[in-house]
Amino acid sequence: MSFQVIMPKLSDAMVEGKVLQWLKNEGDRVQGGDVLASIETDKAEIELEAFGSGVLRKILAGEGQTVPVGQLIAVIAEPDEDIAGLVSAAPVPSKVEAPAAAAVGAPAAAPPKAEAPVPSKAEVPAPSRAEGKAAAPGVLAAPAPLEAGWVPASPIARRMARDGGIDLAQVKGSGPGGRILERDVEAFLATQAQRLAGAEVPAGEREFEDKELSTIRKTIATRMTQSKAPIPHFTVTVEVDMGAALELRKSLNAIEAQAEKLSLNDIIVKATALALQRHPAVNAVYNKGQVRLFKRAHIGIAVAIEDGLIVPVIRDCDRKSLGEIAREARSLIERARGKKLRPEEYSGGTFAISNLGMYDVVEFTAVIDPAHGAILAVGAIEEKPVVMSGQVVVRQRMRLTGAFDHRIIDGAMGARFLQELKKILENPVQLLL
Amino acid sequence: MAIITYREALNQALREEMRRDPRVFLIGEEVGVYQGAYKVSQNLLEEFGPKRVVDTPISEAGFVGVGIGAAMVGLRPVVEMMTFNFAIVALDQIVNHAAKILYMSGGQFKVPMVIRGPGGPAVQLAAQHSQSMESYFYHVPGLKVVRPSTPRDAKGLLKSAIRDDNPVIFIESETLYGTKGEVPDEEYTIPLGVAEVKREGTDVTVIGYMGMLHRALDVAQDLEKEGISIEVVDPRTLRPMDKTTILDSVKKTHRAVVLEAGAGFAGLGAEIATIISEEAFDYLDSPVVRVTGANAPMPYARNLERAKSPDKTRIIAGIKQALAL
Repeated sequence: MSFQVIMPKLSDAMVEGKVLQWLKNEGDRVQGGDVLASIETDKAEIELEAFGSGVLRKILAGEGQTVPVGQLIAVIAEPDEDIAGLVSAAPVPSKVEAPAAAAVGAPAAAPPKAEAPVPSKAEVPAPSRAEGKAAAPGVLAAPAPLEAGWVPASPIARRMARDGGIDLAQVKGSGPGGRILERDVEAFLATQAQRLAGAEVPAGEREFEDKELSTIRKTIATRMTQSKAPIPHFTVTVEVDMGAALELRKSLNAIEAQAEKLSLNDIIVKATALALQRHPAVNAVYNKGQVRLFKRAHIGIAVAIEDGLIVPVIRDCDRKSLGEIAREARSLIERARGKKLRPEEYSGGTFAISNLGMYDVVEFTAVIDPAHGAILAVGAIEEKPVVMSGQVVVRQRMRLTGAFDHRIIDGAMGARFLQELKKILENPVQLLL
Repeated sequence: MAIITYREALNQALREEMRRDPRVFLIGEEVGVYQGAYKVSQNLLEEFGPKRVVDTPISEAGFVGVGIGAAMVGLRPVVEMMTFNFAIVALDQIVNHAAKILYMSGGQFKVPMVIRGPGGPAVQLAAQHSQSMESYFYHVPGLKVVRPSTPRDAKGLLKSAIRDDNPVIFIESETLYGTKGEVPDEEYTIPLGVAEVKREGTDVTVIGYMGMLHRALDVAQDLEKEGISIEVVDPRTLRPMDKTTILDSVKKTHRAVVLEAGAGFAGLGAEIATIISEEAFDYLDSPVVRVTGANAPMPYARNLERAKSPDKTRIIAGIKQALAL
């Protein structure tokens, strides 16, 4: 184990320090806590203590020499350890002049580079300190500056990053010494969808092209895997007679004062909110061994966009009028397609609706967002013969398929919810209450 | 369910097993006429007579040896240690004989024996009588080691220990003898080698037994108010260790804190931390934290005794360290 002794930053204003005196000589064995040298800062004289044990192998800043904060001034290592790499790979601070006319014993370090890392108290992992010593943070364990690509992260954070295709270097760690924790990756995932731009990799000479997934595609991949693997999905389908709902829409849109024309989807959103209020067990999510029941109906509507989809959320659908829902939905969908949504506009949903009716899809099943316990898949309206009161008549029919998380919702619960939704849509006047 | 003391639960287990199987007998210092130094063997002499409730001189190596011999020829002895610290003088009998005879006889002799009695720190018993003796035994292949923390566990596990064909070290606690808890009215046993989640939680797994378990449950209640959800796992049997329950819990919470009343060096926390890092590494969000007694003999003075033991403050600090709070 080797340790780098660097010029510590002892105050916010300190940019350089002067080695007054070395109290240990090259070749001396030192223990963690031993005073190595006295340092003069802009304010005071400070004793520089060793944080690691070993032999003081090399002194790189002679007595009387002034060196910038963060510069390597000595190396502690075992007698037989190779320290050549350590000495040459010494971090050189940016924005600080290298010591002019390096004196005898000055570092054989690389010339200063603007992008070279500046070890400072805030940015590097805290050195393992001798217990109970309130000493200057002058010595870092060697691996930190040596392995430039190394990012401290907990195993679960690494696992999540691997599964989600996340580069940990982009994640800010909040743990000890800047370690990336589970919560940091979760936070990163939550904000990552903001950056919707795709990144392309130049194609090689091969017969295929490996293309990086865009950020949103990566997020979708992660979320969908997170959903399908652990959530035991089951689906239930009902067929709804949409005659009355279409009539209602026609009448409402005929009102001239109604500036925002209603879409069928708006009616389905409002009806779903009402059904969720009546079946709160479906407005829920499985959360670490518990069921979290949502008190409000925030409904996400899946919107296809270039290279993926995004699910903007209409909040409190149960409390909003059809007109309000229509207005909000229109604005959200437009901004979703223009990639202009703010994160809070596509998070915090409690339930989601996916509608593929415009693609003439009659019936399909959707994948549950891991933040929800269920999702509704809406098919196209078809004209078809049905038997009503003993007569074959042509009706406007639509299929709704609910996918539910079986850990918290059972078949009958899902079926009752869909039955409720069917009843509301077939008697849609109640949506105006 | 009846609410009875830990002491009564042990007494019931002994009585029921002695009634059930005439080969079971109790031997030790003061177990008969005095009815046990901690009154665990109350009324047993009266019911079963001096052939099955045997008072001995102060001679642990001797009467543990008697137990081993009796077990080898077909009886099922329960040997009482007045305190487990006294088992040190019988260590050769326990480690070199009880634990190894099945192996060295090529399976010809089994030793179905229970050695039981109180151990661990209590109140002002000083350096020699406050030791967490389990760590001396769970290192030894051939022994099973049980530490029951509640009346229900004490009864169910002692019955299983008596029925087990291997030597079982069954360490009770002076401070728990008077504690009360629910015990099923009907006949039941609790298998050896099965841990129990004593409280469910989602943020951090705290593993502990005996006094540490009760302290952990107490802390869990306190920290719930701060929004920290703690899962408390009681291993109950230290060898064989129920790894599955511990690992399942850590895979859920991603963080673990192990509590030990005794000194931490090479203790159970070291073993559990290793199991977790070997088998649940990819699930961890922070290094396993150990909160243990100081690496020092137990002082007699009350204030120093408190300073040596992991108190609530230190347990809370350990939990927050695991959560990087």
